[in-house]
Amino acid sequence: MSADNFHRRKRLNNAVTLITGACAAVCVAVLLGILGYIAYKGIASVNWQFMTKLPRPVGQTGGGIANAIIGSLKIVGLASLVGVPAGVLGAVYLSEYGTKKTAFWIRYCADILNGMPSIVIGVFVYTVMVLPMKRFSALSGSAALAIIMIPVVLRNCEEFIKLVPVSVREAALALGVPRWKVVLRVVLPAASRGILTGSVLALSRIAGETAPLLFTAFGNRFWDNGFLHPIATLPLMIYTYAVSPYEDWHNQAWAAALILLAIVLAANVTARLALRKT
Amino acid sequence: MAKPGLRERADDKTFRLFVLGFGLVAVALCAALAAELAWGSKLAWAKFGPAFFWSSRWNPVEEQFGALPFIYGTLVSSLLALLLSAPLGLGAAVFLAEIAPKRLAAALCFLIEILAAIPSVIIGMMGIFVLVPAVRWFEPFLIKYFGFLPLFAGTPYGVGMLSAGLILSVMMLPYITSISRELLLAVPQQMKEGMLALGSTRWEMLRKVSLPYARSGIIGAVFLALGRALGETMAVTMVIGNTPKISASLLDPAYTMSAVIANELAEATSDIYVHSLIAIALALFLITLVVNAGARLMVYRLSDGGGPQ
Repeated sequence: MSADNFHRRKRLNNAVTLITGACAAVCVAVLLGILGYIAYKGIASVNWQFMTKLPRPVGQTGGGIANAIIGSLKIVGLASLVGVPAGVLGAVYLSEYGTKKTAFWIRYCADILNGMPSIVIGVFVYTVMVLPMKRFSALSGSAALAIIMIPVVLRNCEEFIKLVPVSVREAALALGVPRWKVVLRVVLPAASRGILTGSVLALSRIAGETAPLLFTAFGNRFWDNGFLHPIATLPLMIYTYAVSPYEDWHNQAWAAALILLAIVLAANVTARLALRKT
Repeated sequence: MAKPGLRERADDKTFRLFVLGFGLVAVALCAALAAELAWGSKLAWAKFGPAFFWSSRWNPVEEQFGALPFIYGTLVSSLLALLLSAPLGLGAAVFLAEIAPKRLAAALCFLIEILAAIPSVIIGMMGIFVLVPAVRWFEPFLIKYFGFLPLFAGTPYGVGMLSAGLILSVMMLPYITSISRELLLAVPQQMKEGMLALGSTRWEMLRKVSLPYARSGIIGAVFLALGRALGETMAVTMVIGNTPKISASLLDPAYTMSAVIANELAEATSDIYVHSLIAIALALFLITLVVNAGARLMVYRLSDGGGPQ
């Protein structure tokens, strides 16, 4: 092999290092650009009044998004009350008993559901809840988010429950403890950290969902009561304000985007950092 | 996993069936989704038949509905995004898996995955206020120098297929990068070391060992990302211009399946209008189902058969 050839190969190798490095740099730059721009635009409009007041009537400047913040908490909270237990118990089946064909189909369906566009799930809830009830409601919004959440929790938690060593299960079984008690009192507590992480990740995903709420939760410019009326949520409000023609609403949309992004990323990053330590 | 010959206790059996019930929720949801969308769109099938898919008239006033412009918009915007983000994402994955020092790679990977967590409505805002003006600024150059191609002919609106493709490519990046990186890391170390020991450079090792080994999985990863892009709603709705028209030019406004549902379902007045929109949802369901099912099988096969678990 001539020295010339060797140099050519080495140059090619260096070029690839450079090009792929540039690719990674572009990815990170896009992220930092987005985060930086939203922080820059949002901070100007975030203040106490913005977080605690209702929106003003169209045409007046000022006002806040308090109802959207509370609304988001309400429907995300209700969705996770259903989605987390359902997902975790399903994950228990997959990790403890899931070796057969049934388990394969459950996993496969969960993955399909996971990749399903959220707007399709919104349409589904629209046809099964909104049309029969003849009203947009917080309840239907929560239902849509819960459906999105279940497969995410299911797949995340299965992995974490599987991480509990078999020897721990066997030790408990050897003491004559029935299987269900082993699962509930030994396995799940041992996996609790992972389950919490998996659930928080799922929460951070649904908290930013907008598409399925367009025709379920619908939005509301006032306080709502109960779960049977249209309700304002942060993502919907950001959308409405961003596509509106008013300059003041644009500024509020940036501020709301900053708040939403802070909540979602705080949940997401904490969960993933916790995961790294285990 | 009761041993054969050992009877399962009654309470254990109850518990097993109880959690099985929750597991089956996922299966039931999948089936219910398909059934409900098919049932909810029956008027559209009865009135338009399969022609619904190749008719390009969308006229709510005359109650004439055809899905072609939306199917076209969805496919073209996603493929455009794929062309932009697949090389970039794969390049980044190669860098993170093979070239960068471990700690740097871990940190960068963590950052790139944050990109996947940003809500799409926020990406859409960046689209409206940053990307669209930027595209409007450079489109005249495209028209001037490449305008002889039908792809780049037209008026520089800013909103349109090109903006949609760009914004979707940003959203696909983290998926392609992180899954491809994991697959590259799963290539057996001995094979890579063997190649290096024969005197190959890192690039030659990548080209001859790592990339071929992970190929089917990487294709799967790209398709998973494509599935995301096909169904992405908010960001696209905000930048694509929402015009149900098929045009060869990437600069013209277009419309996607998810965008038309998002914009019109809550305000659809007649039954046939609602049913037509649900028919579009059903079509979207089927397209993503095929793309995802295929991609999953590719990724499964590799992660089960190949690298260390």
